[in-house]
Amino acid sequence: MAYVDAVVQGILLGGLYALFATGLSLIFGVMRLVNIAHGDFIVLGAYLALVVVQATGLHPFASLILVVPLMAGIGYAIQRGLLNRTLGPNLLPPILVTFGLAVVIQNGLLTLFSTDTRRLAAGPIETASLSLGPISVGWLPLATFAVAVVLILGLELLFYRTAMGRAFRATTDDAEMARAMGVNTRHVHALAMALSFAVIAIAGVFLAARSNFDPFSGPARLIFGFEAVIIGGLGSLWGTLAGGVVLGVAQALGAQISPQFQILAGHLVFFLILAVRPRGLFPRME
Amino acid sequence: MSKSVIRVSLLLAVVTLILALAPLWAGRSDLRLIGEIMAYLALAVLWNLLAGYAGLMSVGQQAFVGLGGYMLMISTVMLGLPPLAALPLAFVLAGLVAAGFARLLFRLEGAYFAIGTWVAAESVALVFAGIPALGGGAGMSLPTDAVRSIAASREMREFVIYWLMLGLGIGTLVGAWTLIRSKPGLALMALRDNPVAAVSVGVNIQRIRFWTYVLVAAITGVIGAIIFLQKLRVSPQAAFSLQDWTVAVIFIVVIGGIGRIEGAIVGTAVYFLLREILGDYGVTYLIVLGVVAILVVSFSSGGIWGLIERRFGWSLMPTARRMTDR
Amino acid sequence: MSDPILSVHGLNAGYGDFQALFGIDLALAEGSLLGLVGANGAGKSTLFKAILGLLPRGREAVTFAGQPIGHLRPEAMLRLGLALVPEGRRLFRSLSVEENLQLAAQGGRRGDWTVERVFDLFPALREKRHSPSQSLSGGQQQMVSIGRALVANPRVILFDEVSLGLAPIIVNDVYAALPAILQSGISAIVVEQDIERVRRMADTLVCLNEGRVVLAGPSADFTKAQITHAYFGG
Repeated sequence: MAYVDAVVQGILLGGLYALFATGLSLIFGVMRLVNIAHGDFIVLGAYLALVVVQATGLHPFASLILVVPLMAGIGYAIQRGLLNRTLGPNLLPPILVTFGLAVVIQNGLLTLFSTDTRRLAAGPIETASLSLGPISVGWLPLATFAVAVVLILGLELLFYRTAMGRAFRATTDDAEMARAMGVNTRHVHALAMALSFAVIAIAGVFLAARSNFDPFSGPARLIFGFEAVIIGGLGSLWGTLAGGVVLGVAQALGAQISPQFQILAGHLVFFLILAVRPRGLFPRME
Repeated sequence: MSKSVIRVSLLLAVVTLILALAPLWAGRSDLRLIGEIMAYLALAVLWNLLAGYAGLMSVGQQAFVGLGGYMLMISTVMLGLPPLAALPLAFVLAGLVAAGFARLLFRLEGAYFAIGTWVAAESVALVFAGIPALGGGAGMSLPTDAVRSIAASREMREFVIYWLMLGLGIGTLVGAWTLIRSKPGLALMALRDNPVAAVSVGVNIQRIRFWTYVLVAAITGVIGAIIFLQKLRVSPQAAFSLQDWTVAVIFIVVIGGIGRIEGAIVGTAVYFLLREILGDYGVTYLIVLGVVAILVVSFSSGGIWGLIERRFGWSLMPTARRMTDR
Repeated sequence: MSDPILSVHGLNAGYGDFQALFGIDLALAEGSLLGLVGANGAGKSTLFKAILGLLPRGREAVTFAGQPIGHLRPEAMLRLGLALVPEGRRLFRSLSVEENLQLAAQGGRRGDWTVERVFDLFPALREKRHSPSQSLSGGQQQMVSIGRALVANPRVILFDEVSLGLAPIIVNDVYAALPAILQSGISAIVVEQDIERVRRMADTLVCLNEGRVVLAGPSADFTKAQITHAYFGG
């Protein structure tokens, strides 16, 4: 029974990992950019929510009304002001810049908030659970999973049903031709980053409501998100959700064997997928 | 051999001689500092080969520093060998592990390779933290009799370790320089300047990248073994520190000048200078480094040495001609 | 003759340190067709890229409808009325036929040309409107590429080797659409390897060799032999 429970909890944990992964997957899809500071921005979002909650007394989830547009704005500005100039045939510059950002954010947060671990109090939903026979399922993990599904659905619609999505896809296919067709690709790239940061904000608030965080919680979030992307297969957001679920289940089962084995089990599944299915479980067909 | 090569070789020989005699003129703490500078110089030269020439952006080199550190413990504590025997063993272990990882990680596209190397390093750290015989998460110290076997007096031990670090620093620098000027090095240069053209002139990218990755990892393992021979104590946190063994090294190379041998020297100098000045402001120091690195990448991708090169046309360590430098 | 709709003055352009064009002068009269010929590597595609701003060029180097446009970004060109039919078609692979056209329509000017009118001109495309652009035949893809230029309601279209990789009979089909396009008031520069075809179609001819204009004037003034001679840089 313990294993069945672990699988169920692992699936739900996958929802959180999918939230970590979606923003990463999105900007990689649009501009082949990997944001090494992705996890640190998730943590920055969590701190931003903390400040908003303390200043306004809003519920953590209500704080998203402010945190999402704020983070999206930061994302737009970083892309337009900093990262766009590094995009090109050479892959190193954007990695190095986001790597620098990661260190600056971590130590900046450390200066402002010290190393104390924090948490966002979400109220009764934190502990409320739903009994399904012998297994009890927390409302908060369930809500996280549901949000991930809705978010991915929304992004898929945006990508395949709107003019903005059309511009995203055209820019990915052939940025030079997109410009000749009147698409301002620098703006498109910045919009993609803004969108990624909006997802980051949501991921940050759910992270903060579910677990403790400190200025150095970011890298692990980046790694979990990254593993979900690779396990799921590049270029497919639904694959990313599946990847998050596989990672969550692997970690939950690993924790059953030994608490120390939890994270390593996730890494092992990641390497296993690289060995047997290097394109991931559900790669988008070319 | 061209004149400039002879001149630089002479200069290097003189500097090496002066540094080798440092136990005569430098104090204990200075000796430690120079040793540390040499270790970072070696790490920077190696990472520069990896990222700057082979285009392999690894953020997981701490895996190999840590493996070297743990090899020291395994060979002395478990195998009962003298500490210095750990150096060749660290070379072999780090090289083998790198070869294994390369088979998997090379399947990741460019930028994702970077995070992949990080996951690999995290995995190795978790494995060692889970071995009780090596102290688990707390780590362990080098046994006293093993320490004594290096040299009888503490002073002499420190000299030996210093010379090892000096040899490693200068050796790696000269080795990399020689490599770049050699025939396989020419392929590496071609790879740096234009990967697409490199393929068309018959450079086997995957093979060159594989061997660069494995060789760099193996030497990084040796550096790790020497670093922890000096520290006398290994723990998963210290051995596999992203901050100490990769972040700092990346900053050094980026600020000094990526894809240039001289970049590692200039970067190491700037890094230690900044650290001596801002050392009391630990956090601020890192923020400053981060901001400087971001600015350098955004505005002068060749780093400080790139600026000097363009401004004055200098080249301290002349390598073969540059194919195209845009 | 009235002021040209598009002109190029002393244009130098290239890639990084490599200069590909040297002091190009060129004028396209409104409502006319200019044939641009030259061997591979003569700089024809580079000239198009420079006109469109995909390569850096000086502010005064390109004039469109009387205004200097050399300082404008490429994404502004379609809105001004300057469209490209690129070499190799370069349709957006993850967009359907209709989406390819919609994208250009959105980026261009308002006018008579609509997605539906493009389907009237190329009826074969109508039933394929929701198909991925890569599933079309080469000729159909070229129609989409031309349609993409038309729905932007441009004043000038730059055609870059539309016949490349197409069967001769398909090339005739594609070029059959050209008179209708010109009649709707659009001017054009056409790059084409078939010198005889260019000479028949074009009002003006310009020949490039190694990045320089080596021959320019009304096409009726030149014999095929003269053009061929200039083409090979004799």
